[in-house]
Amino acid sequence: MRDVPTTQMKVIEAIRNGLDVAMDLDPHLICYGLGIDDPKRIFGSTVGLAEKFGNGRVFDVPTSEAAMTGIAVGAALRGVRSVTVHQRLDFFFLAMDQLINNVAKWHFMFGGQRSVPIVIRLILGRGWGQGPTHSQSVHSWFAHIPGLKVVMPTNAADAKGLLLSAIFDPNPVLFLEHRWLHEAVSDVPSGDYRVPLGQARIVSEGGDVTIVAMSFLVPEAIRAAGLLARHGVGCNIIDLRTIRPLDWDTVSAGILKTGRLLALDSGLPICSVASEIVAFASERHFQSLKSAPRRLTMPDHPEPTSFGLTRGLHPSAESIADTVCEMLGLPHRFAPDPNAGPHDVPGAWFKGPF
Amino acid sequence: MNTQLPNDPSLRLVREMLRIRMVEEAIAREYPKGEMRCPTHLSVGQEAVAVGTAAALERTDPAVSTHRAHAHYLAKGGDLKRLLAELFGKEAGCARGRGGSMHLIDLDVGFEGSTAIVGSTLPVGVGLALGIRVRAEAAVACIFLGDGAMEEGVFYESANFAVVRKLPALFICENNSYSVYSPLTKRQPHGRQIHDVVRALGLTTAAHDGNDVFGVAAAVKTAVQAIRDGGSPVFLEFSTYRHLEHCGPYPDDNLGYRPEKDVAAWKARDPIVQAQERLRDHPGFSGEVIERWRSEIAAEIDGAFAFARTAPWPDPSTRAEYVYA
Ligand SMILES: Cc1ncc(C[n+]2csc(CCOP(=O)(O)OP(=O)(O)O)c2C)c(N)n1
Ligand SMILES: [Mg+2]
Repeated sequence: MRDVPTTQMKVIEAIRNGLDVAMDLDPHLICYGLGIDDPKRIFGSTVGLAEKFGNGRVFDVPTSEAAMTGIAVGAALRGVRSVTVHQRLDFFFLAMDQLINNVAKWHFMFGGQRSVPIVIRLILGRGWGQGPTHSQSVHSWFAHIPGLKVVMPTNAADAKGLLLSAIFDPNPVLFLEHRWLHEAVSDVPSGDYRVPLGQARIVSEGGDVTIVAMSFLVPEAIRAAGLLARHGVGCNIIDLRTIRPLDWDTVSAGILKTGRLLALDSGLPICSVASEIVAFASERHFQSLKSAPRRLTMPDHPEPTSFGLTRGLHPSAESIADTVCEMLGLPHRFAPDPNAGPHDVPGAWFKGPF
Repeated sequence: MNTQLPNDPSLRLVREMLRIRMVEEAIAREYPKGEMRCPTHLSVGQEAVAVGTAAALERTDPAVSTHRAHAHYLAKGGDLKRLLAELFGKEAGCARGRGGSMHLIDLDVGFEGSTAIVGSTLPVGVGLALGIRVRAEAAVACIFLGDGAMEEGVFYESANFAVVRKLPALFICENNSYSVYSPLTKRQPHGRQIHDVVRALGLTTAAHDGNDVFGVAAAVKTAVQAIRDGGSPVFLEFSTYRHLEHCGPYPDDNLGYRPEKDVAAWKARDPIVQAQERLRDHPGFSGEVIERWRSEIAAEIDGAFAFARTAPWPDPSTRAEYVYA
């Protein structure tokens, strides 16, 4: 990076900052969503925007996800970009027709005459009994649909940089924020800082195994790498950042580098992004693989609510490290940190209920 | 703990509202301990709609509800111990700990389910009404919804189908003027009456004070009778107000999102206080009766909390169960 000043920020502040910068750059950009100007401001991500840009550009909406998604399409056709937000991805399921049939296909089905440059922020829930209908991460569905771009930031700088790229991309972008990453802090460049869509980030460059991850599983993979380093195992961690288009070059290089692939996925196993990455490795790099590629995902059932049923439900640093050891034929297994807090909260900052 | 419920219907209504209030307040009191680990939407202030409605329904009339369902579940006769056990995430919970506060069910009393996605039980309720019609039964399907839910397209699709097939569906809309922190004034045009919109769809509609339990009970009774007599589906809108935050155990009027004078006016019209005043000269009603109810209910609640707290967790090895029948 050149001489851009940086500031330490939480992910949620970086998103706010990105929206602010984008709204300054594009005088027609609008932001809307249920609760966008309420006292909680979408977990703080829209603080001050309604005051600065006015109700014409930052406004609350009815509880109408389907219509508000199609309305974003129409506004975009008329030259008005938008960032809409849903406090849980699960609420956005009501808008699937608009998303799949209109948002994703408008450019294609009219022969490329009109594009739909919109961003839809979707917040992924986890823990505190979010349960079957407040915790779903279906990035793989979205990645399945040509015409959509799908972004999953893991740190504050990327959150801002990817958001700005998403907003000014000529295509629709789904921006999936993990609730447990909202408070993660990192240095964020000021101003119009962009991280290109479709470029993965190499988090660490170990030589024994390549771990491909997204969203909240990136910090888990980093923790796993710490556990494994004590046993002399080096992890090459790739943070996908964008799920579609996926950065196959970086994934390829990672596979070739270590010959071992562990694909993590914060979603369900069947037809997951991890499945796709393992398929890619098998098709393209079969000869280079030293062991069978592996996946670690959510289990193949809905997320239960009970505290008694969610322990060990998600891939964790320990289960990642265990899997890596299995792949390497090492005997080590890792027990959860006995001093860790309750398994269903990201830290003391999270007070529930959502 | 099988206490004698009053025979007098008016007294029953008040006792049931008091019971629900005390349950919700107990949940609010205990919630900060961190044992009930799920998003929880309390009904304090809105008890009259639930109680008045349930009083006019038969146990065999199915009901569906929303994220804010404790009062509906309890008023319909749902088991208190199993409600609390569900909030505690225990196997003895009404959904075996799988669903939490937002997914309640008690089939013994016709409570078919509440769900967490706004509007998602509306068509399910209409489907219950369709089932009743196909099987030529006499029941009425009761569908609880909030003011926010009528902003979802699925509301119109569901209501339209109920009308076109003249199904035995009863929509009970609790209009508390807010969807989370967003007031109706930001979501719907000034001067709009929800029931007017719905009337245009072809349902029989009426609007009533949702904090007057006797009025609610009378209105629902009339509606249920009309539906049972073969009339059109009915939509009743009840204005009411939530006393606590949208989700969670605390008051939140420090945030200033609701006009102070509205909050004060609605709290002055607390459904339980109002009902007690109305019953002042009613035979069999007195301050002592209330106190007796309070101690009976407190004992019931203590017992239910003790049950929920000590009930076993679900066995983690059963985590993948129930995905398929
Ligand atoms: C489809 C959908 N959108 C948004 C939400 C988030 N949400 C949960 S409760 C709620 C409020 C709905 O308002 P209303 O129907 O009036 O019910 P109330 O909470 O006032 O009882 C909202 C928006 C959701 N659960 N589902
Ligand atoms: Mg409401």
